[in-house]
Amino acid sequence: MNTPNHRLAGLLTALLLASALAACAPAPQPASPSGPSLSGPSAEGAERLSGTVTVFAAASLKATFTKLASEFEAQNPGTKVTLSFAGSSDLATQIGQGAPADVFASADAKNMAKLSDAELIDGTAANFATNTLEIAVPPSNPASIASFADLARPGIKVVLCASQVPCGAAAESVEEAAGVTLSPVSEESSVTDVLGKVTSGEADAGLVYVTDVKAAGGRVRGIPIPEAATAVNTYPIASVGSSRNKELAAAFIAMVTGPDGRKTFSDAGFGAP
Amino acid sequence: MEQPRAGGYHGIPRWIYALAAAGALFVLLPLAAMAARVNWPQFIPLVTSESSLTALGLSLRTSAASTALCIVFGVPLALVLARSRFRGQQLLRAFVLLPLVLPPVVGGIALLYTFGRQGLLGRSLEAAGIQIAFSTTAVVLAQTFVALPFLVVSLEGALRTAGGRFEAVAATLGAGPTTVLRRVTVPLVLPGLASGAVLSFARSLGEFGATLTFAGSLQGVTRTLPLEIYLQRETDADAAVALSLVLVAVAVTVVGLTYRRQGQTDRGSAAPAGERLDGTQ
Repeated sequence: MNTPNHRLAGLLTALLLASALAACAPAPQPASPSGPSLSGPSAEGAERLSGTVTVFAAASLKATFTKLASEFEAQNPGTKVTLSFAGSSDLATQIGQGAPADVFASADAKNMAKLSDAELIDGTAANFATNTLEIAVPPSNPASIASFADLARPGIKVVLCASQVPCGAAAESVEEAAGVTLSPVSEESSVTDVLGKVTSGEADAGLVYVTDVKAAGGRVRGIPIPEAATAVNTYPIASVGSSRNKELAAAFIAMVTGPDGRKTFSDAGFGAP
Repeated sequence: MEQPRAGGYHGIPRWIYALAAAGALFVLLPLAAMAARVNWPQFIPLVTSESSLTALGLSLRTSAASTALCIVFGVPLALVLARSRFRGQQLLRAFVLLPLVLPPVVGGIALLYTFGRQGLLGRSLEAAGIQIAFSTTAVVLAQTFVALPFLVVSLEGALRTAGGRFEAVAATLGAGPTTVLRRVTVPLVLPGLASGAVLSFARSLGEFGATLTFAGSLQGVTRTLPLEIYLQRETDADAAVALSLVLVAVAVTVVGLTYRRQGQTDRGSAAPAGERLDGTQ
């Protein structure tokens, strides 16, 4: 009478183990650039940088920061950049609770202000990029969206960010500037979720950042909105006060705010600060 | 779902108690830490705000609906898994249990490709005028998907423990399969069914990942309490903590009530019957 129960228990254990193992598997490392550094020795001067710098960056910076981190490692042999991406408010909360970050790059001024008000960052934050909203539609544009006002047509399934998160606050100011009130079918907690609803074809349109449209490649089509100029999101970066490797943190920030960073960000669709 | 063995060996080494206490603390301490962070003077206004009450109401309604669906589909599944033998049965069981260990977001993606507008069934449904995306139905589907295994596992365990002897007797007395199911099997495993249903309800109440991926988040339509907590956390940590405590309280109440009732039933009629059965073996 016990055997089937045992078998059930065994099966459950196996499933649990499998999922635990899957969770423990190491994440693939970002590919380091092949060959020696193209830009030659570091412009910083003669001092040799070493050690690990931990960078907490907004989720929308994933592609650009991953690229900059491997360039940084190539230019400064012996250094390692550890990246952690999440929503800016999550990261700010984590740093507030003592997470070991050396550098914080936020997607909005508000979350950076949270940390600077709590005196958790060094000096003042430097703005390094801006981002604006754009309409994202599936490549076939099934609802024939051409302008911001089209989003308010009855029957259009439009997805926005909730007003509690930066992209939702920006969407609200665009609505105000355009004098158009939208009735979204969903108000997501992150811009990634908005984009996901559009790429999967669930939604007819969504409001996301210009850089999200660019990063999505052919999976969505972007429709610029002139009214978006009223809601420009600025990205600040700063070194965290409790950092143990301030030299390396400063060098990484210099790269982000310098010409290398400038080029990477404009390639990805970010605006200049 | 092990049955208690009366008169068995009860000695437990002391160090087991120490580890058991550590295990219990590991669960209780974070809950206590959260309770300590609640802004008590503001607690009532925070949890009775319009968005909170809407989210709580939606959560309770959708969880009740998904528990009903779990019973409708989970009871037959458990019966088939426990009472019949066929090729591929182990495989079927493994797949039915899969949502237990699957990350909910994966469940959400799978549901999207099934019931979404571009999905396997979604296209036909849309042609028939049924739209599931961004509707409360989508929330119920997501909750049912993750909660179903809890009912199946509980009930299958109860069915195996109960054995098939009463049913066999009923059948020799001339009862048809449906009568046996209705008059003998279901009453026999009712406590197991009840605890399975409660676990499903509790799991539905806590569902987050699949809902977020599949149903979206709109106040009063798809934004259940866990999604509301996730969103509030962005701006208002106090509200998020207060709502978390409400969710914990609801879950504790529901689970606590059932286990108490089940305990009483066990001490009543079901347990002696089980013992008598074991004695005849």
